[in-house]
Order: sequence, then structure tokens, then C-alpha cells
Amino acid sequence: MPIEAASVPRSPIISSILIVGGGQAGAQAIDTLRREGFGGRLVLIGDEPQLPYQRPPLSKKYLSGEMSADRLLFRHRAFYDEHRVELKLGFQAVRLDAAARQVELADGERLVYDRLLLCLGAGPRRLTCPGAALAGVHYLRGLADVPPIQAALKPAARVVVVGGGYIGLETAATCRHLGCEVTVLEMADRIMNRVVAPVVSEYFAREHRGHGVGILCDMRVVRFEGSGRVERVVCADGSVHAADLVIVGVGAIATTELASNAGLACDNGVVVDEYCRTSDASIYAAGDCTNHPSLRFGRRVRLESVDNAYEQAKTAALCLLDRPVAHDRVPWFWSDQFDNKLLIVGLSQDFDAQVLRGDPATRSFSICYLKGRELVAVEAVNHSKDYMAARKLIAERALLNPEKLADNQVSLKDSI
Amino acid sequence: MPKIVFTEPGGGRREINAPLGLTLMEAARQNGVQGVVALCGGACMCATCHVYVDPKWLARLEPREEMEEGMLETAWEPRANSRLSCQIQITADLDGLQVTVPQRQGQ
Repeated sequence: MPIEAASVPRSPIISSILIVGGGQAGAQAIDTLRREGFGGRLVLIGDEPQLPYQRPPLSKKYLSGEMSADRLLFRHRAFYDEHRVELKLGFQAVRLDAAARQVELADGERLVYDRLLLCLGAGPRRLTCPGAALAGVHYLRGLADVPPIQAALKPAARVVVVGGGYIGLETAATCRHLGCEVTVLEMADRIMNRVVAPVVSEYFAREHRGHGVGILCDMRVVRFEGSGRVERVVCADGSVHAADLVIVGVGAIATTELASNAGLACDNGVVVDEYCRTSDASIYAAGDCTNHPSLRFGRRVRLESVDNAYEQAKTAALCLLDRPVAHDRVPWFWSDQFDNKLLIVGLSQDFDAQVLRGDPATRSFSICYLKGRELVAVEAVNHSKDYMAARKLIAERALLNPEKLADNQVSLKDSI
Repeated sequence: MPKIVFTEPGGGRREINAPLGLTLMEAARQNGVQGVVALCGGACMCATCHVYVDPKWLARLEPREEMEEGMLETAWEPRANSRLSCQIQITADLDGLQVTVPQRQGQ
């Protein structure tokens, strides 16, 4: 149950809220603020020219051309007009003056606020090795990144994906689906090493290879070569990989410059509490850019997660409206690669045992992480039932019976 | 454009014009229908675009596929007439379709 905050000070009536960042969190904050009765001035500043849109399809159906751009939008323009939202899209916020409660845009315009909500998101970690700036080396984060990639995705084009994480693997699957020759270069000894158990890594490596994607691990890229445009990727072991196109997906970094330059506390993200309040009483933050407490896990986290952005935006909006409810969610994530659905719930960094349920050969299984007897995380591959059960069990801090847990004939929800 | 009538969680009635080629989820979300969350954006991964379809209309929809069946089990209070709106393509036959948005999405 959400916790009512007796300690949160009552805020005075606020007449204007400025939101910086038009992603999942920014769009959701608008929705909640207006639905819950905020009648004041509401301004959204976004550095991309498009109306707020969802990013997950960018590496999948949008990249493959199966989905048009208008289908990515959260809301029509009419929704923003109807709800009196002033849209400043295609404008970058370059400076925040917290003392004067002003945000300055790249064109020099200054916007004054009563309250500010930062939904700054995260940006791709960029490679700095020689040749990294060559044409044909791409990153995939926003809509504008897609057309140059699509233009090069011709059948039989040689695509090298640097990084075997979610973005890299989803993109690899899409490129392969389009008939490209695809090689994934992963620096660690297995793909998705930071987010899943070895057996899940092995399963996805097999799936990719089965579809004809080359998965190469222990591959550290040292340079890109080509005359005017990337032609080869060279790794530390001396291997050379021919490339018509390179897509880099090696993690993301929280976007915090605006906040840190203004003196807000930042530490791998804008530091907020469970009500999304920053170190400045008039400024809130939500989504991928935040370093926030996980009440369930008793430590601070920074999550790159649609669900977290959505939930924190609601938390921030309700706190802005003087109806504070603490953000207390069990994190969850998903990835789809070829016809496989990976659902992850909880946090798996601190555990005592991993228990496999089911058989990867059946293409449906899960890995349960126990800390003592407490379930702390589950990775479910094509197994929505275990995922569903895990969400409840983890939130409730249920203690499991390890013997029942390992018996796939006993459902996860009954493994207590 | 087919007209679709939604009953929102608060009991409000919303009639929208749903463009052909979109899914029911996309049409609902773009028009700001309350309670259609659709976190995963139509990948059939989250069961937060769950709706109840007026039983009279059920037979006129393409049946659920296995993937949708699996995710619906994770939805809040699934019923016999539950569907994930991201799996319903808007077609001209759906003019007049009536759906109800559950009180909650997710768990």
C-alpha cells in the first residue's frame, strides 16, 4: 500500500508548472496534473520537435517500417490544446536559475515557474575510440536517429552492433528480420550480462544464432576504420569485422547537466526522494534521469524503465498537487527479441541463490532470485505466469519454499 | 472513421473516431481515453491496455492469440470478455463498438 506522507509540507497554491522533457515521464505528468485538477499554466519544453512519443518501438516495429511515426504518439495535438498545455517543442532548455525560478531556452527566451518538473531522461553512452565519429556509426535513442539507419538497412547490408544489451539485441533482431547480415560485438563474456542470469544469456544467444545473427563475446572495440565512412570495426583481439553500418548500444547516461549546473544534488542522476522532490523545494524530477530510493529494496537506484518513468511522473504530479503518495514500486522491465518475450521484475544485484524453473529447451522458463528465502527478482522468458506471480510475491516480501520453487509442477504463486 | 464508445473508469462515456489502420489501444490513447495506459506500446508485454468488450461484439473481433491469452492472465480482473486493446485492429466493421475500461490496469 502507498504510504501517506505526514511529513510532507503543505504547498501553497501554485499557478504555473514547467516541465522540461517530453518523454514518457513528461507526457504522463501532464496527463495526471490535468486529470487531477491542476488549473494553472502548464508548459512542456522538449528538445525534440515531435509531440511526446513512446521510444520502445524505435528499435523494433518503427525501425522495421511496420509502424508509422503518428502511431508512436502518446496523445494527439488536440489533447494538448484541449488541456491548455503550452508546447515548446524543438526548444532546448540551456540554463536553470533556481533562485530566480527561471529556465532559459537556447533562443534566449526565459520562462518563469512556480514549480519545475525535470524529466530529462538519459542519453546514449558514446564511444570515443578512433573512428567513432565516422559516418555510418549510429546511436539509437530518438526518432531522428531512425531514418539514417533505415536508409542503410538494405537486404544483405552488413550491420555490426556494438553492445549486447537490450537495445543492441533488439536492434540486431530487427535488422536480421529485414535481411541484413548482423554481428553483435559484446565486451563482456556473455550478452545482457548486467541484467540477466547466465542461462538467460545463453538462451538468447542461441535464439539469435538460430536466426543467423553472429553473437561474439569478449570483443572490445578499439577503433573504426574507413575512408570517409565506416567500413570495418577492429577489436582488441585483432579481429576485423566488415561493416556497412554500425549501431552502438553500450548503455545510457542520465541527463543531468541542467540540474547539476544549477546546483541541484546529482549523483548518477538527479537525486530525489520518494516523492520525486529534488534538493530544491520548487523542483521535482521523474524518470530515467533520477537517482531515487527504492522503498522495497532499501537502497537508491537509477532505472531506465518505462514503468518507472510513468509511475514517478504520477508521484511527482500528485505531490505537486499537495496529495503526496510515496513512489513504492517493484521495478519491471521487458524486452522482445524475435518472438521471445523477456519480462524482468525486481532487482537481482543482491541475492543468495538462483533457481531455474522449467526447461529452456521448451522456450518457456524463469529464473528466480532468492535472498535468504525472500524472492527479490524473476526473469521470465515466454512465461507470463511466473512474471505475474513474481510481481505480487516480491512486493509482498513473500518467503518461498526453495524445494517447491524448483519444482516446475508447483506454480510460483504456490511456492510459499 | 468508425466510432468507438468507451466507458471510462470513472463511469464517463467517451465517443471517439478511430482511424483505420490503428489499433484500438492507439486510438484510445491518442484521444486521451482515461485508463488505457499501454506502457509497452502495443508489444503485448504489459497488459495495461486491458478492456472489456461488450459481449455482443466479441464474436465480430478476431479471436485472441496465445500471446494475448497469456498476458491477459496478468491483467487486473480479467473476464471472459477481456481483451488487450493493442491486439484489436480498427476496421470498418467495428463502427459502434462498445468497450469498458477497467477500474485499474496492472496489478
